[in-house]
Amino acid sequence: MGPTPHIAVIGGGSTGAGIARDLAMRGLDVTLVEQGNLTHGTTGRMHGLLHSGGRYAVSDQASATECIEENRVLRDIASHCVEMTGGLFVKRPEDSEEYFQKKLSGCEECGIPAEVVSGEEARAMEPHLAKDIDKAISVPDGAIDPFRLVVANAASAQEHGARIETHSKVTDLIVESGEVVGIEVEHDSGPGKRVHGTEGGTEEIRADYVVNATGAWAGRIGDMAGLDIEVRPSKGVMTIMNIRQVDTVINRCRPKGDADIVVPHETTAILGTTDEEVEDPEDYPEEQWEVDMMIDTLSELIPMLDEARTIRSFWGVRPLYEPPDVGSDDPTDITRDFFLLDHDERDDLPGMTSIVGGKFTTYRMMGEQIADHVCGKFGIDADCRTADEPLPGSEDFSVLRDYMDEFGLRSPIGRRSIERLGSRADDVLKTDGPNPTVCECEGVTRAEIQDAIEGSGSDLNAVRIRTRASMGNCQGGFCSHRMASELHSEYDEPVVREAWDELLQERWKGQRHALWGEQLSQAALNYALHATTQNRDQDPADGDPVDFSAFDSGRGQTGGSVDSADVAADGGTDGY
Amino acid sequence: MEGQMAIESEVLVIGGGLGGLTSALAAAREGADVRLVSYKQSTLRQASGLVDVLGYTPDGDGPLTDPYEAIPSLPESHPYRKVGVETVRDALSLFDDAVPTYEGEHTDTNALLPTHGGSIKPTARYPAGASAGLASDTRDTLLVGIEEMVDFDAPHVAAHLDATGVPFAVRGETIRFPGDLRADAKVTRYAKLLDTNSEVAVRGRMVPAREALAQRVNPLLEDEERVGFPAILGDDNPGAIRDALGDHLGVDVFEVPMGPPSLPGLRLEDALFSALDEAGASIETGNPVVDFEGEDRIEKVFIEKNGAKIPNSADQYVLATGGFVGKGVESDREGVYEPVFDCHVPHAADRYDWFEGELFGDHEFARYGVATDDDLRPLDASEHSEFENLRAAGSVLGGYDFAAEKSGSGVSIATGYAAGQRAAQEAR
Repeated sequence: MGPTPHIAVIGGGSTGAGIARDLAMRGLDVTLVEQGNLTHGTTGRMHGLLHSGGRYAVSDQASATECIEENRVLRDIASHCVEMTGGLFVKRPEDSEEYFQKKLSGCEECGIPAEVVSGEEARAMEPHLAKDIDKAISVPDGAIDPFRLVVANAASAQEHGARIETHSKVTDLIVESGEVVGIEVEHDSGPGKRVHGTEGGTEEIRADYVVNATGAWAGRIGDMAGLDIEVRPSKGVMTIMNIRQVDTVINRCRPKGDADIVVPHETTAILGTTDEEVEDPEDYPEEQWEVDMMIDTLSELIPMLDEARTIRSFWGVRPLYEPPDVGSDDPTDITRDFFLLDHDERDDLPGMTSIVGGKFTTYRMMGEQIADHVCGKFGIDADCRTADEPLPGSEDFSVLRDYMDEFGLRSPIGRRSIERLGSRADDVLKTDGPNPTVCECEGVTRAEIQDAIEGSGSDLNAVRIRTRASMGNCQGGFCSHRMASELHSEYDEPVVREAWDELLQERWKGQRHALWGEQLSQAALNYALHATTQNRDQDPADGDPVDFSAFDSGRGQTGGSVDSADVAADGGTDGY
Repeated sequence: MEGQMAIESEVLVIGGGLGGLTSALAAAREGADVRLVSYKQSTLRQASGLVDVLGYTPDGDGPLTDPYEAIPSLPESHPYRKVGVETVRDALSLFDDAVPTYEGEHTDTNALLPTHGGSIKPTARYPAGASAGLASDTRDTLLVGIEEMVDFDAPHVAAHLDATGVPFAVRGETIRFPGDLRADAKVTRYAKLLDTNSEVAVRGRMVPAREALAQRVNPLLEDEERVGFPAILGDDNPGAIRDALGDHLGVDVFEVPMGPPSLPGLRLEDALFSALDEAGASIETGNPVVDFEGEDRIEKVFIEKNGAKIPNSADQYVLATGGFVGKGVESDREGVYEPVFDCHVPHAADRYDWFEGELFGDHEFARYGVATDDDLRPLDASEHSEFENLRAAGSVLGGYDFAAEKSGSGVSIATGYAAGQRAAQEAR
């Protein structure tokens, strides 16, 4: 065998990170590039459902079978990212009995453990379910944190020698003598961890093979080499509630439709979703009717949602693909299966394969097949180990120890830290200094923030996805300046200020879709805290110089102030 | 409830924030029999305790040196235009008299104060505890943060202040607070320890807390002539604590105003409640107004207490229940409303017009609240007064963006004063 092949993987979502980990574990040299943060594209914008396969048990049994297999694998290798909530497919009186039976038999045919429960039993499990729910099918759905999962995959790839470059956008494919031989990337802030204000630059990354794992963006990469990759991006809205109205994944048991799932996720519940084809994965309308539909339609299953507080909404773009000869009109008809497009076989352009379509739950399996394919190109016979080796954080982990005492953390903050960190808890939480809570909504401590900064540079949105800091009820109102301060031990003030502004703006973006009721009240408070109390909207550090001498410099710089001079007269207290 | 004798007063003020307290105080000093009822904790605990009048124009010009000069050019819908600049001055005089622990009345010129985020902001009145920290004072400054306190990172605040161009050198140091407070201690715990000046263990020796704190800071002090701490220096005895620290350190000591829970905000609330108490008003806190009777005039309101609806009647009423933050203005997916009397709140029909895409954009929601006539009577959709004996004060008013303008406290004090005074005059 010749020298170790170097593989460039484009895309830092679940698929790209999964491929990078797999190839690195098989001993290949890997460079992964991502235009934003890890999970920047579709992975960071999903409902966090770990499919049991139940959703596809009638319409797409091949996908359903893959889902239940991978569901079991992820519970094992990514235990610190998964919460096995269980799931219910609930049937309302107007929903079809025939479909209910098909769902049940479909689950059985695909090997998905499924059991019918009565309406009463379902309400005993989930008291907020509508009174008129007939019955339900229980399945092993779960919740999974896509951020934590992808970061863990990237960390594992790095441990196996891979280079991970975020904020590095591919600007060209290098094609020489009719073959793809590398990529050209534009680094936002120089290679390595992102640091605001650091000069970026272009880098040519030569590679023996390129994997295009950019999902909805695959067409854009293909264009660079004149390849036609017809991804059909489809947007879907997710609306986040401030609490978990349910602790079980609730699916509506009917053929297909918008607004038919609620996923409990960490401290929130996520309502989803819509399915609308869009032209451009980066520029599409985010519309009010979509948010209203989530609330109105899902209230049929869980009536309290109608009056409940939502904290934000976000949209994701599915990287749907179907072979050109199928021609589905409705995006909901497009298969959720994935396609491996070898551009040598397909377009006579060797050196690159694109992967399109597919689902988050089966990311690892997709990675395995791509890695097999790439290894085949180089005659490498190495076994895939990603289904057996736990991800960092999920290794040999026991929660039986009393971490709270050990790390001086209050419950429930200690418990939540441990749940997020899994087996990395020891490494991260053992600090010399005090470890105060930075984000109260999500219970994130200084040690976790510092650990995330170490992993991601000056990017507070990257810190956010690693820790969940600023993702709770207050949406950063109380903690964004604290997170910024945590950066300051390592980075200069102007860098910190830029990262801080970027976080605030990102948090605002999703909240705009939740601005009524309690969340508008919260937004008004946040606005007051940032603009009134901190004057961040008119910060002279960002604006014109101020003539300080034109303002009040006090009554004089000596002598006591009005509340201290005569305090002894009333017994040593001034009352205020 | 039927036939139950109503609790009577001449003026009933609903709301215990800055607007309500000033309103009740103004009415009481006018000689009226005043009752104030408030439900929730006041938003003062979330405020920095600075009393802004006007820092920027609605167009964003500023920081303004003279807030009064800019008032006549504000839009007609602005609450300051309703009451007029002289009333703003009179209202601040009332405030200065009621809260003698504040400074700034010696000049019309705004002061610039450091914020806990590291920026500076223009304000008209500031607690005495913040006065040695003015940004136009050219003395070099040491800021001291507490390792356990994530809200005030002194080196970061100092670097940020420096970036705003302050005319002095500023440096930040972080210490561990003496005594055995846990990592997540509330600001009130620090304040209490300094208030009581209890002894804490320092290297096996018991030392009073104030002295122990000064001992931690002393070795860090270089040539600086003043030292700033986050606003944790006592709840009951802040002046004495600053003096003690100043004596030990040989420099002036000040506090940097903080976000919630804000001790300066709580101290201000206490001061105003004391002044109101002294003025003889009756005060009831913790119970909501849930209903009212009346068509053109409000006859009585009902306050829910222990499950019963207690009628309260007055000749004149002041609505000072706050804005979105204080829940004096509320909203749902369909619209914006005022929950106590259902006063009309002008707003865009499409809720996606309530805000802008940019974080600090010109958000409409920030200006939502009741519209009033020049006598501060809320107006209905056809611009007639909702009730002849109801006035509104403070953040429940619309027509201004207090956060962008830095005018929240000033508008609350000015409209509270005007509403309270006029209610008292009319009650006779």
